[in-house]
Amino acid sequence: MELFKNTNYDFLGKKWPFIIASLVLSVAGVTSIIAKGGLKYGIDFKEGTLIQVKFANPPEDNKIRAAMLQKVTGEVSVQDLSGNGAVNTVEIQTEAKGQGESEMNTNQNVMRAVLTATFGQPGSGKLDLNNTSVEELANRLRDPLARAGVAMSEQQLQTLASGILGEINTHHSGLITNFDDLRSVPGMNSGIMNTLKQECYLAPFHVVSAQMVGPKVGAKLRQKALFATLYALAGMLVYIAFRFEWIYGLGAVIACFHDTLITIGLFSLFNKEISMTVIAALLTLVGYSMNDTIVIFDRIRENLKFSRREPLEAVMNRAVNQTLSRTVMTSGLTFLTVIALFIWGGPVLGGFSFALVCGIIVGTYSSVFVASPIVLFWHNYADKRRKPVVGGGPATPRVETVRKNSTKAVR
Amino acid sequence: MQKNLKTRLVIIVVTILLCVIGIIGIPTSKADLVANVKNHIRLGLDLKGGSHLVMEVQVEDAIKGDALQTIERLQQAAVKQGIVWNSAEVAGLSEPPTVDDADKVNILIKGINPNKASDFRSLASTEAPTYILYSLNATDYSLKLTPSDLNELKKQAVQGAIDTISNRINDMGVAETSVQQYGQSGADYQILIELPGIDDSAHAKELIGTTAVLQITGVDKQHDTPFSSRDDALAKLGGILPLNEMLVKAKPRVRGQADEWYLVNKIPVITGRDMRSARAGQGDTPRTWQTSFTLSQDGGRKFARFTGDHVGDKLAVILDNDIVSVATINERIEDSGRIMGLGSQEEASDLSHYLRSGSLPARVTTAFENTVGPSLGADSIHQGIVAGVAGLLAVIVVMLVYYKRSGVNAVLALFLNTVILLAAIAYLHAALTLPGIAGVILTIGMAVDSNVLIFERIREELRTGKGTFAAVDTGFNKAWWTIVDTHVTTVVSCAFLFLFGEGPVRGFAVTLTIGLIANVFTAVFVSRTIFNWELSGRRGTEPLSI
Repeated sequence: MELFKNTNYDFLGKKWPFIIASLVLSVAGVTSIIAKGGLKYGIDFKEGTLIQVKFANPPEDNKIRAAMLQKVTGEVSVQDLSGNGAVNTVEIQTEAKGQGESEMNTNQNVMRAVLTATFGQPGSGKLDLNNTSVEELANRLRDPLARAGVAMSEQQLQTLASGILGEINTHHSGLITNFDDLRSVPGMNSGIMNTLKQECYLAPFHVVSAQMVGPKVGAKLRQKALFATLYALAGMLVYIAFRFEWIYGLGAVIACFHDTLITIGLFSLFNKEISMTVIAALLTLVGYSMNDTIVIFDRIRENLKFSRREPLEAVMNRAVNQTLSRTVMTSGLTFLTVIALFIWGGPVLGGFSFALVCGIIVGTYSSVFVASPIVLFWHNYADKRRKPVVGGGPATPRVETVRKNSTKAVR
Repeated sequence: MQKNLKTRLVIIVVTILLCVIGIIGIPTSKADLVANVKNHIRLGLDLKGGSHLVMEVQVEDAIKGDALQTIERLQQAAVKQGIVWNSAEVAGLSEPPTVDDADKVNILIKGINPNKASDFRSLASTEAPTYILYSLNATDYSLKLTPSDLNELKKQAVQGAIDTISNRINDMGVAETSVQQYGQSGADYQILIELPGIDDSAHAKELIGTTAVLQITGVDKQHDTPFSSRDDALAKLGGILPLNEMLVKAKPRVRGQADEWYLVNKIPVITGRDMRSARAGQGDTPRTWQTSFTLSQDGGRKFARFTGDHVGDKLAVILDNDIVSVATINERIEDSGRIMGLGSQEEASDLSHYLRSGSLPARVTTAFENTVGPSLGADSIHQGIVAGVAGLLAVIVVMLVYYKRSGVNAVLALFLNTVILLAAIAYLHAALTLPGIAGVILTIGMAVDSNVLIFERIREELRTGKGTFAAVDTGFNKAWWTIVDTHVTTVVSCAFLFLFGEGPVRGFAVTLTIGLIANVFTAVFVSRTIFNWELSGRRGTEPLSI
């Protein structure tokens, strides 16, 4: 099966609609960023306290926010995280400019206390089985089990406690609503079950994870992200300058910049957060977009070796057509894996996979419709400056201008 | 050709074996297999659950402490020489104090008689050699630490905190923890702590962050019953506290219990530094716990002297700013003791941790926390595996349909690539994080690119009419440099991500890099070998299934 046998589309001739489309998308993205007052940063880059909480029933955001605002210092935002595999999960975040680390720490404890007070049974004196640790559970059950006549050594008690919590965490995502879900825990019997029901209750929520980023560390993480991006781009530019003539390098870099800009714009349009993993995705897709562009440039270079008379546009077109099969296949296959990540990869990787999904589409398209046209424009411009007489004179020796280090290009 | 092929096949088989053993060991049963994989592949914090903390050492505490001790030394020596002053205090700290204050701390001494100026100067140089003396005017002076001593003190505070926290964490019995300096030493005073697998981050933070200055001090003999509040105490004492005594609150045992304040001596009899070892245990009465401790020789002597003189009086045990226990001295105690009446086993156990590890040289505050609960870890692994399998299947189907028999070639190379990648992670003992799993999935997509490059080239060569052998040969040769080019750019990205990233992102950079490097081997060497093997029995005219 072969999709693109000897195609001959005039890619570079029809470049204008695509360049306009690029511009439109870029402007839309930038407008969105400006209109929304900047990019939406994830907790890595913003400072504050954040907890993710999973509920047994669809959570009431307003109720949560109201309860939090009474006790927490600073602004509170409650965001629904459902989607990408997460169900009934919210992210509660407090952020205050000028808050110190101690306030942020207190905030986390306060947030947990408010959740227990609003949704749990704080006055009952029982232990919340959905939000406890192995040590707490073991300590809680020790005496009651002894009084109930269930004989147990310390080792067995620890194993039982880990078994119970292991069952809840691994098979029920940390939240159970019915004690009967624990019947399958090894060593469980009716005596233990009764003691459990006596000593514990099941709150309708479970704190899944917590993050706190203080101002100092927040600033450091932002700096690191910036350096990683700048150095990576610089490194790639150096490599390209090494392997190709400078205008090709510039074309490739502008294409990558265009990809990053559009992807970030899409993040702003769809209200997605930018975290460190998203930066990692962006850098990966810059690398990936470079790859695509390099493959086409390699082919252009190879074709130019054998065709001194043809205009550059025709050579480029042929190169793109020749590599079309490979470009579509690779992008398609990588896209398949990335879509799998987006659909099944879970909420933690949500931003990461979204960046890659957008990035791969945009990256492939930019290698053909952005990078090559830039080189074409430059050469046409350079040619015009060199030859004021139209239609006369020998063809410009383009082979020398493309191949940077002649010894290296021989393959 | 035949011998070359054999060598190649041997290399490939040996590689496969090494990798498989690296991942699953040599299992004897299914449970063994699962256990081996769990042992060999280390999971990052975001997959295993646990806490990642950055704590900041409040070095200004240590500087302030040194300044206070220096003031005492100066005072004792000054008395002997007859030098007096109006006030001596530590200045320069803001309210609340921050780490930047450490550089501004100075000792302010006011009101020295100008006649005694030169005596004071020589006193200062003997008793406070690490300080530089500045005269503010005829009667007032300021002393500041020399820059090198200041740095030394700060470094010691951070190192001391690292040591104490390490002791406490080792005591917790958690596996694979790590405590290390974070950022540049000298500019940052931060400690990075990793606690994989813990499920109670609040307790862990408490255990790590409690300064745990322990003091055992005598309760005022005339007023040894508790007061209900600070105001109540002052009222009963006539408005001022007796010299060298202070009011300290007792930790409430039961919720809703009334406050209890005790009047105790400021100077303790013994402190945590005098204690050698400690152990938690059950108390004499049911539902109470105690922590027993042994004293050093010096501490034992001090304690014996005090308890011998004060039989019948009360002692208060103060941890940081709370009284945790009050007891009556029944007899002279020499070398060991028990802190009784503690509220829970956790309290007794924590107290013994603090006594064993010592108190922190300065307060420690949390500057960053990332806690992943064990449920999220399990969910993430599950989701990662599902996405991985889905992606792999999709790629396999497409390759087989589009490239027919040569597609099998690519799929085999792909499997080997993944196996090598997992084995490398196991051998390097690198942590597999969730972005790391994404890296493995991304490797699948990018690795297949190399095969596509080669196959498309071979198809092109076949179209120009070349024979099968020659087409395969040229295809591999021409694609080689392009493959190198494409891998280098992504690896460069990953290198910088590794340098500047933390935990999860590093995992991603590592897996993608290893995956791409392994890909150069599998896409070129292994694919070529499989082609050679397939073609070895034929003549050059048979068509290639591609």
